Amino acid sequence: MATPMNRAAERKSRTARTTVTGRLGALGRAELTLLVRNRYALFTALLMPALMVAFMRTALDGVGLGGSGLSVLEATLTGGIGMVLLLVVHLNLVSAYVARREELVLKRLRTGEVTDPEILVGTALPAVVAALVQCVLLVVAGVGFLDVTAPRSPLLLLGGTLLGTVLMAALAGVTAIVTRTVESAQLTTLPMFMISAVGSGLFVPLDVFPGGLASVCELLPLSGVVTLVRAGWVGGPDGREVLTAALTAAVWTLLSVYVLRRWFRWEPRR
Amino acid sequence: MTSDDRAVRATVPVAGGGTRAGAGGGTGAGGDGAGPVIEAAGLRRTYSGGFEAVSGIDLTVARGEIFALLGTNGAGKTSTVEVLEGLARPSGGRVRVLGHDPYRERVAVRPRVGVMLQEGGFPSELKVRETVRMWAGCTSGARPAGEALELVGLAARSEVRVKQLSGGERRRLDLALALLGRPEVLFLDEPSTGLDAEGRRDTWRLVRELRAAGTTVLLTTHYLEEAESLADRLAIMHRGRIVASGTPAEVTAARPARIRFALPDGVDAARLPLTLRAARADDTGRRIEVRTHRLQDDLAELLLWARRENVRLDGLDARSASLEEAFLDIARTTETAGV
Repeated sequence: MATPMNRAAERKSRTARTTVTGRLGALGRAELTLLVRNRYALFTALLMPALMVAFMRTALDGVGLGGSGLSVLEATLTGGIGMVLLLVVHLNLVSAYVARREELVLKRLRTGEVTDPEILVGTALPAVVAALVQCVLLVVAGVGFLDVTAPRSPLLLLGGTLLGTVLMAALAGVTAIVTRTVESAQLTTLPMFMISAVGSGLFVPLDVFPGGLASVCELLPLSGVVTLVRAGWVGGPDGREVLTAALTAAVWTLLSVYVLRRWFRWEPRR
Repeated sequence: MTSDDRAVRATVPVAGGGTRAGAGGGTGAGGDGAGPVIEAAGLRRTYSGGFEAVSGIDLTVARGEIFALLGTNGAGKTSTVEVLEGLARPSGGRVRVLGHDPYRERVAVRPRVGVMLQEGGFPSELKVRETVRMWAGCTSGARPAGEALELVGLAARSEVRVKQLSGGERRRLDLALALLGRPEVLFLDEPSTGLDAEGRRDTWRLVRELRAAGTTVLLTTHYLEEAESLADRLAIMHRGRIVASGTPAEVTAARPARIRFALPDGVDAARLPLTLRAARADDTGRRIEVRTHRLQDDLAELLLWARRENVRLDGLDARSASLEEAFLDIARTTETAGV
């Protein structure tokens, strides 16, 4: 064993304080290593979205999209962005948060300089980056190879997607509260997946739904995000619809953050 | 609490007030004065179910001191330390670490303290070096990873995944991370639990070296010899209260020494010399235990009597009060005193 440093040297090196970016970078890097070493997580993060988008494409072929004004490809690709957010951010992060909590990693981290929000954000970084890269790929593939229109309002598309990643990450934290083990995450993430896939217009655009049902579904967590993405890419929804969608997504995000601040579990139940 | 403690604590409002006023600047020089580094007054911790784990304790730890918190399992040690570490808010009382509230002013406190939890958590799929690197990124003025691992003798294991470490190695990794930022204050919750004898001695040596370099250490343990050999001062907790505190010598000084032996068949305990009548026998009346504050006199008297009466004392064992004796005695007397 070496000898600990003397105090003068201690004081000197103490001037270098960690920064938020430095801390998030350190957490994100470790989390990326873990993601790469976890085959199941890697599958959900990289392969499953591609498979789902291909599946959506086939499924949409059999649906009359007349009422939505979207082509099959447009519906697939815009819904695909929602699917990527759902699988890569939400599904992955529920497992990651639960795994870190059960391994007492979150509790250990809380004894250090990282703040609580930084722990959650840092853990989410690789999944968020992976999701954003795949969203970009969807747009590139659509515009470059499949003759889909270039985004009408790139800013709206970007904003909707970013809001979607934040919302999905926050909802993953909320889902982690009620998830005891990594295994049970497969079960607890199911409701979110089902209501989003069906109710938020990932497969079938909400415009095709009967009026009353559609207006209820518009209030679901991911619906606002999907509307923003569609409006940003292929256009269609008017200003009021866009505003309502943005508001819906924002309210869900704020609500999730509130729940996290209040009830997030940092260590296993005993 | 000794009167000495109280004298130190009386100076606190001055030191604490002064440093907290200057803490707004960020780095804050809190606790740099002569005041205590860790202090708790009337600390309580009640869990949501209503169970009170810590029932109002006072303690102060001076700079450069090793302070041990002793107690049986469930005595409230970890519940106390978690509050001092700033992991939990106290249900009542006042807690200061380096002059700051460790829970609400964690930004000021955390860069200057190192923590080792009773059960550390690291992602099992990360390698040792990767784990240290992650922590270094979250620790101000972190040592190089190699140096930190060298300190705890884990350098050779740096490319091994955490899940493949033995329990003792995991404890040492935990210690390496606690030491990573060259902390002024170190909280060690049962640092040597799960270590073999050699690992334990290594840890003790390291803790002593840290003290020599000016680090303040608060550790919990249920190994009494650990507290006895390592701690400058200690407090014994029982059922959420501190039932004894002081230097190891002070805590043991008040306790009686003990003489144990067995009488042969046919020798009645009533025949023992008068002054030893207070001795307690077990059910058979054979095994005798004497508690005394005059070990030498009573032992001499016993041995002279045995020679005179030609009685053979089996398993004769006489010892002055050790911390273990004191500890068991305290646990026993508070037990019988009721709650």
